[in-house]
Amino acid sequence: MITGRVWKFGDDISTDLIAPGRLFHLRTNLPELAKHVLEDADPEFPKKVKPGDIIVAGKNFGLGSSREHAPLIIKMAGVGAVLAQSFARIFYRNAINIGLPLLDLDTDPIPEGAILEIDLIKGSVKDREGGINLRATPVPPFMIRILEEGGLVPHIQKHGDFQLK
Amino acid sequence: MKETLAQKIISEHCGRHVEPGELAVVPIDWAMTQDGTGPLAVQQVERLGFDRVFDPQRVILFIDHSAPSPRKELSDAHRQLRAFAAKTGARLSDVGEGVCHQRLVEEFIRPGDILIGADSHTCTAGALCAFATGMGSTDVAVGMALGKTWMRVPETIGIDVSGSFPPGTFAKDLILRIIGEIGADGATYAALEFGGPAIRSMPMSDRFTLANMAVEAGAKTGLIASDEVCREYLEQQGRVGDYREIHPDEGARYLQTLSVDLAEMRPLVATPHRVDSVSPVEAVAGTRVDQVFIGTCTNGRIDDLRIASRILRGHRVAVHTRLIVVPASRSVFLQAMEEGIMSDLVEAGAVVLAPGCGPCVGIHEGILGEGEVCLSTQNRNFLGRMGNPKGFIYLSSPATAAYSALKGEIADPREVFP
Repeated sequence: MITGRVWKFGDDISTDLIAPGRLFHLRTNLPELAKHVLEDADPEFPKKVKPGDIIVAGKNFGLGSSREHAPLIIKMAGVGAVLAQSFARIFYRNAINIGLPLLDLDTDPIPEGAILEIDLIKGSVKDREGGINLRATPVPPFMIRILEEGGLVPHIQKHGDFQLK
Repeated sequence: MKETLAQKIISEHCGRHVEPGELAVVPIDWAMTQDGTGPLAVQQVERLGFDRVFDPQRVILFIDHSAPSPRKELSDAHRQLRAFAAKTGARLSDVGEGVCHQRLVEEFIRPGDILIGADSHTCTAGALCAFATGMGSTDVAVGMALGKTWMRVPETIGIDVSGSFPPGTFAKDLILRIIGEIGADGATYAALEFGGPAIRSMPMSDRFTLANMAVEAGAKTGLIASDEVCREYLEQQGRVGDYREIHPDEGARYLQTLSVDLAEMRPLVATPHRVDSVSPVEAVAGTRVDQVFIGTCTNGRIDDLRIASRILRGHRVAVHTRLIVVPASRSVFLQAMEEGIMSDLVEAGAVVLAPGCGPCVGIHEGILGEGEVCLSTQNRNFLGRMGNPKGFIYLSSPATAAYSALKGEIADPREVFP
């Protein structure tokens, strides 16, 4: 069960917005880069985000560049999960690979500041107050396995290969 | 079993027929990183406990995104990549050799290959009928170590192109139109497959432009069947033996097919801050331009520089407009010098920089000031892309870019292509 407070974002949050090119030199200093996560989309976010907070976004979250630093610094900033109307393909894969839980569902009904309870395996998203009870598209079982094992590197270390079944 | 190009290539690697939606572990032919994604990939290879790669000849590390390095942190990242190449024997393409995707299609990728690259525009090599797809550093690290990756076999969206380009319109306008129609997430998880008589007669340079931007519609890759044009290109590169004819089967199943008649084409522009917000150039003509950038994996080839030089020869760019030109590779640079293109451009006021990504990624070589407008031949114009969230980036063809540099404002290239 993942529980946290919602930060709401719009559509098409690109990886340029999440991890800007002007801070490219901080890619080898991720804790420093994480202090700037999403600051071009919301300058308050990196300053105020608390461990366990949840990002809730519109469509095509993470579009653009394949930079894995984008989901990495979201995770490093303490975000517990990202929920979106839809994800860009490379971002989705990268997030799973580094152990950042994702769910795609209709995020319109979820307001800023809500406290959510998320069951990743069931794909259920509920508001603690009871007003929201949503179902997400299930994450494929092998991706849940990768998430549970802490990401793709621990998964490969454990199994010696991809365990798709 | 009737197969699309994507299915054919994956089926061949799996040794069995595959259907869209299937999960498959596939052996790869090539794994590559660039200098932004490479250090993390190298770190992950080491975390996996590998001190070698699956095949040093098939792993390539490129230094192109910040080349030459503008900061000591990046210089140290470059040192890390060089050390990894030295230790493992992996290939290294260093400062000044060019953009990864350009070098890959010039020297390495063959029809039928599977290429995974830690850069989203890896799809460029799809024009050589390779299943070329962008991934993150960790996926590519696992590929470098094990020589394989997993993928979901994609559905294919067919793009059927007929007719010929009216004067002043080019491949970049075509791909902008397609992305404008499909949308930035219209092809997510699918492969694009470009076909039809207009594609058959299109030169490789144009095909690279099309495949390069497949990812901007969310696609996994952008494939074009290999043919005589492809074979001649490989022959020019001195590797005609790499050629193999691969075409999709008649009756293969496509998710949808988009038909485009080039006769309807007009010069187009992607306006800030989305690649799919595409307008005819007339809608934004007259917008004052502070910087024009001609280059990148999208449009930094000799054909692109020839068009720019044809427009700019004997003229000067507008006083308030900086024109930055970056050949996509050393061989493009050399050829441009031989053809007199470099003198034309420099005499017209162009600032010519080392082959690489140049200002595209917002790291160096032309970062925008507050409120500045840049018209670029690159493939992405997201907010902050060129180093300043207070800048504005428009995307266009090299012809539109060159003519706009002359006028100092976004201008319709048809005025100089009667």
